[in-house]
Amino acid sequence: MSFCQLHVIFLQPLMVIFPHKAQLIVNMIYHRRVAKTSILSIVLFLSFITVSKVNAQDGKALFSANCATCHKIDQQLTGPALLGVEDRWGGDRKKLHAWIKNSGAFLKTGDAYANDLYNKFNKVSMNAFEGVLDDKQIDAVLDYIKGWKPPVAVVPTGGAAAQGEGDNSLLFGILTLILAIIAFTLMQVNSNLKKLSDDKEGIPAAEPVPFWKNRTYIAFLTVILFVVGGYYTTKGAIGLGRHKDYQPVQPIYYSHKVHAGINQINCQYCHIGVYQGKQATIPSVNICMNCHMAINEYKGEKIYTEEGEEVNGTEQIKKLYEYASFTPGKPWDASQAKPIAWTRIHNLPDHVYFNHSQHVVAGKQQCQTCHGEITKMDEVKQFADLSMGWCINCHRSTQVNFKGNGFYSIYEKYHEDLKNGKIDSTKGITVEKVGGTECQKCHY
Amino acid sequence: MSDKKYWQSFGELNNSEAYQQAAKDEFREDLPLEADNGFLEAKAPRRDFLKYLGFSTAAAALAASCETPVRKAIPFANKPEDIVPGIANWYATTYVQDGDVVSVIAKVRDGRPIKIEGNELSAVTKGGTSARVQASVLDLYDTNRLRFPTIDGKEVTFEAIDKSIGESLSGAVVILTSSIVSPSTKEIINQFIAKHPGSSHVVYDAVSYSGILLANQASYGKKIIPSYRFDNAKVIVSLGADFLGTWLSPVEFSKQYAAGKKIDEKKPVMSKHMHFESVLSLTGSNADEKYLHKPSETGAVALALLSAINGQAINVGDNKLKAGIEKAAKELSSHKGESLVVCGSNDVNVQVVVNAINEALQSNGKTIDWSTPYTNYQGIDADFAKLVDDMNAGKVGALLISGANPVYTWYDADNFKKGLAKVKTVVSFNSKNDETTQLSKYVIPDHHYLESWGDAEAKAGYISFIQPTINPLFKTRHWQDSLLKWSGITTDYATYIKNYWSGKVGGETGWNKILQEGVINTLNNTITSSSYSGTALTGAMAAILSAKKGGKIELQLYQKVSIGAGQQATNPWLQELPDPITRATWDNYVIVSPAMAKTLLDIDLNNNGQADSYEVNPPKKVVKVTVNGKSVSLPALIIPGTQPDTIAIAVGYGRTDKLGKAVEGVGQNAFPFANLTNGTVNFVNADVTVEKTNDTYKIAVTQTHGGYDTKQGKRTEVMKELTLAHFKEEPNEIIDDREKELAPYGGIENFEKNGTIYPYFDKPGIKWGMSVDLNTCTGCAACVVACHAENNVPVVGKPEVLRFHDMHWLRIDRYYSGDMENPNVVFQPLMCQHCDNAPCENVCPVAATNHSSEGLNQMTYNRCIGTRYCANNCPYKVRRFNWADYTGADSFPDNQKGIISDVTLMMNDELTRMVLNPDVTVRSRGVIEKCSFCVQRLQEGKLKAKKESRPLKSGANNEWDVKTACQQACPTDAIVFGNANDKHSAITIERVENKQRTFYSLEQLHVLPNVNYLAKVRNVEEAKEEKKEA
Repeated sequence: MSFCQLHVIFLQPLMVIFPHKAQLIVNMIYHRRVAKTSILSIVLFLSFITVSKVNAQDGKALFSANCATCHKIDQQLTGPALLGVEDRWGGDRKKLHAWIKNSGAFLKTGDAYANDLYNKFNKVSMNAFEGVLDDKQIDAVLDYIKGWKPPVAVVPTGGAAAQGEGDNSLLFGILTLILAIIAFTLMQVNSNLKKLSDDKEGIPAAEPVPFWKNRTYIAFLTVILFVVGGYYTTKGAIGLGRHKDYQPVQPIYYSHKVHAGINQINCQYCHIGVYQGKQATIPSVNICMNCHMAINEYKGEKIYTEEGEEVNGTEQIKKLYEYASFTPGKPWDASQAKPIAWTRIHNLPDHVYFNHSQHVVAGKQQCQTCHGEITKMDEVKQFADLSMGWCINCHRSTQVNFKGNGFYSIYEKYHEDLKNGKIDSTKGITVEKVGGTECQKCHY
Repeated sequence: MSDKKYWQSFGELNNSEAYQQAAKDEFREDLPLEADNGFLEAKAPRRDFLKYLGFSTAAAALAASCETPVRKAIPFANKPEDIVPGIANWYATTYVQDGDVVSVIAKVRDGRPIKIEGNELSAVTKGGTSARVQASVLDLYDTNRLRFPTIDGKEVTFEAIDKSIGESLSGAVVILTSSIVSPSTKEIINQFIAKHPGSSHVVYDAVSYSGILLANQASYGKKIIPSYRFDNAKVIVSLGADFLGTWLSPVEFSKQYAAGKKIDEKKPVMSKHMHFESVLSLTGSNADEKYLHKPSETGAVALALLSAINGQAINVGDNKLKAGIEKAAKELSSHKGESLVVCGSNDVNVQVVVNAINEALQSNGKTIDWSTPYTNYQGIDADFAKLVDDMNAGKVGALLISGANPVYTWYDADNFKKGLAKVKTVVSFNSKNDETTQLSKYVIPDHHYLESWGDAEAKAGYISFIQPTINPLFKTRHWQDSLLKWSGITTDYATYIKNYWSGKVGGETGWNKILQEGVINTLNNTITSSSYSGTALTGAMAAILSAKKGGKIELQLYQKVSIGAGQQATNPWLQELPDPITRATWDNYVIVSPAMAKTLLDIDLNNNGQADSYEVNPPKKVVKVTVNGKSVSLPALIIPGTQPDTIAIAVGYGRTDKLGKAVEGVGQNAFPFANLTNGTVNFVNADVTVEKTNDTYKIAVTQTHGGYDTKQGKRTEVMKELTLAHFKEEPNEIIDDREKELAPYGGIENFEKNGTIYPYFDKPGIKWGMSVDLNTCTGCAACVVACHAENNVPVVGKPEVLRFHDMHWLRIDRYYSGDMENPNVVFQPLMCQHCDNAPCENVCPVAATNHSSEGLNQMTYNRCIGTRYCANNCPYKVRRFNWADYTGADSFPDNQKGIISDVTLMMNDELTRMVLNPDVTVRSRGVIEKCSFCVQRLQEGKLKAKKESRPLKSGANNEWDVKTACQQACPTDAIVFGNANDKHSAITIERVENKQRTFYSLEQLHVLPNVNYLAKVRNVEEAKEEKKEA
């Protein structure tokens, strides 16, 4: 415990995870209650991705949820690039359906193209999507691939506006300074003129007081210093323990931009806890190795650190292999892997309870709401200040899915008030309205 | 409603001066200011001020100059599929300790078991637990567990110890264990015995049931204990059997007993329970009628009861007792086939008579079931006595001890120790350095049950399984592994047990299923009888009649609900748990009756001054108890409901200091006062001498800590009780009383709106509510420990309890009424009532406690500045203040040494802290805390419902998203919790169906509690008389 935490009086118990202890538990069997929960969550997950009306828009979502981990549209990844896949398969969607649902079974039909493909990709078979995707959904994905256009490079906007704001404050600052100097000069001129006129009239003038000894000036200056100093002290004190824009150097230069942005890997593929529990979880080495067994070099755009140094992506993958104890070309023994000690970026105080699944599943929030444009960040930095005011403000303005979520059916009075207009339907039912700003929603 | 006076303390009974004084003040001690004439006049306040100023400036400067610590987030290297950090896994397992076998599920967070709950799939315990079961998870993290195998106290490897023992296993090997309930272990023992000819297995139980076993052999030809069906019994008579607290299978019996006590208001029927005992027990407290007799008279009472049932005249000296026996006989006879008599005596002859009584009542095959006998107590005392003799005669070559601790629990420990010294090879498998293990050459500590594999068939046909919930923390080993190794079998126990059961339950799939569910229940529900032979009866009767009459003062040894025979005495939660009867923590003592207090201690409780000085001052007079030259000095506590010539001492105390801080200097060992009579260990000593000494000893009694009495409300009005006859006669009396009292504000219906100047607030969505049925609550205190475990409630240690600083969020108040020598007892669990118009909320200067839209009285620790105004204004006295840093939250590690007790420091050990619930804040010094209705569970339950897009399930069709810890722990389902706005929730149904018994304590204050109680109904016929008195 360091002195720095004098003000942190609440401590949560050890949050240390014991990887070696967990090994044994794998062999154990859940109690029914857990089984039920996990079934429910699977059902929930399925219902999340199984939508009755399927269109090309969903095709994109389906693609990033199911395919993007191994396929890119225009580049070869673990699997082949998918652009023009239908033409390559002779335009037969039925064959494709069968292949996607169960490639192993389809191979046995002896299809020549399929077998060639299988051999070309080192006999790594594709995951079976039987029961995950139905024909309609596969069609939606194929439609999306068909209609795909390479993204046009986006001209950064918004920078100018930000510059403008900066200019304004600078302008005001300069203006204030000029005015202050003019005021000061005028006051000096005034006192000099007064002295001259006094001399003229023969009034014996007191010895002039230099302005740095002038009591009025000193008093004035003191008040200004006090106000400005007080403002910054208070601001600093409030900001203690807040780390907006914290961007530590990580043991491996892992680029979210490359993974989540360019390669469009779904966040949940790595952060598996985000739909399930309070921690989004940082992926374990075996999750990284799911893809990086096959991807052992970086061929994408050049990456630069914040300091402008170029990052060798392939070297970073090699670092991962060191942690994983993996030698390319040889079978991988996951039990030999060592955990990676990442530097934690988002630190909530211990007396705050925050649950990712609450916000992502029940609240249907996007990751970006709190984490910023993560798909554009190479190194992740803390986007929000994670202060209580920041939480509360969002809870005050964000509406809950009041009509859509069955949980809120018990709020009969609100439903009625919405109907007969007592509650402004444009404002709707906010999180605050259902108690989301009460103390024991987050502190217990 | 009767106008009976209810009292918690003698002061309250007499309305003494000290009571009035104490009841007036919220805090029982003066403010900690040193000077008498004001703070400013205190010694050198200016210098102190400058010192503090200087220190804090320096500290702040230091703090400001260093960097924010960098925290690491370390994920798994290879994440197991079923573990998601932050999400609890539940594993079904079984608590087996000292004969208590309870199917449980363990909550495992990030690889650490942190909470035990009852397994609702078990047909035996049906999800019930006890205080000891709830506390068992803390034993896993006991800092004083043995951590590695030793030879002569030196650490060795398993290979070395196996080799060494393998070479020295010669001569007759005796395996000494407590009762083995595991079928697979029995098989392993048999294989071991087959491999080592001449070896044998001796079962020894600290608390012996030999009396029943041998009596059943005499009466039924079977040396087994049948199962008792309290749920089928309309009349229950217990002769000193504490079946709700400590006898045979208390969790199971509590469930059954509660079934007979649940009242349907439309047809108010209840079982009738009559109790004969010498010292107030938990079961006696719950009885409808209770009669006192000397401990040595148990046999005579049983005989008299048999005679009375057979219609013969009885000859009992004590008139009250005689009337009681006659009444019991009448009740029993009129309910033949649906009545049950049980007896706690370990005397074979008494049990033979009890068998005869049950035969006369046709209980055999109706309320006594021979098809599913118990196996949790198999020990025959004579076998063990013979083993001690054999050891002394040098006939035993090796002794392998598992689960038994005779050096501590055997009445003649010296003789056993002598014998032990003559055994060449002594191996102890006990997991703690207990008295017997200290004298063992070889020690191979066993796992804690949460680290073990196993099975338990405590009741034939009902098998409960044990699976590990965490990798072993230390270098420990299943003791079965040792036996297997030494029998030359190469499979380990984990594989062995899997093979053993897979064959029986249908292979791998079947094995997985039973591990998942944790239990196999026999569906066969027919109750079978056993053929009875009365031949032993005559002899038994003669033996009882000719037994030596007791002396002037008799001693009864008993087990406390919390400590039992002492195996879990190292558990601070259990040590700090106030005993339901005496409300004392941390010690054992001599229980004396108010009558004996007068003669022995010169304390006349009817004399205000003397009662006060006894009650107000923690130091109690120490008495010296001597039996056969052995003597022990213990403080005396005066407990009404004790037979005037009887004293009682709890066993399980006075453990060796090597077991840890929790037992250091706690109590004295009472086991040496037991004796071996007619081949069975007897916990009654019929002739003892007691003398007063000049010493005193402080006992931390929480009895009066919650007392409070103001013009606005008397604490004694918080509880309501009435008789069944009365209730039948005037079922609406409680409602009428409430209506009458609230009439000035428009009656019950309009009271909420009319009784206040504050505006009325809507309660949209969820409104939490709790109901506690005082009729089924037995006061067992499982809920209190469950609350400790769930909510990280700190252990404060004895010195702090003495200063009224106990931290229990949930306490069980005990009320007496009636005759001081033999009063009626009512238990009332009292937690934060979550008042909708809470008096604590409006006085908080920083709004640290306020109300949620769901009806919770929220406590925000990080906002609290510790004024304690709220505690001062709480009429229920349920708020707790952190007087010291009990949880180690202080930034300076050793800051608290010497300020808080060693036990509390032990609870802050890195290992012990693994038990903390990561979802609940650990509170620091200077803040108030209190029951939160387990808000972390409420939030979790609501989130589950939201994720599934459906309304919350709170008990409709017995589907639950949310159960509070106390509700889950309760073995009698006395606590119901849920959404009171939901018309189908269990709480709404409970309140609607029990309208006539529903009441809110201190309702007239208009604090609008969200906790209601259901009045206690006692099954006695005294309605009319009471009415007249009133």
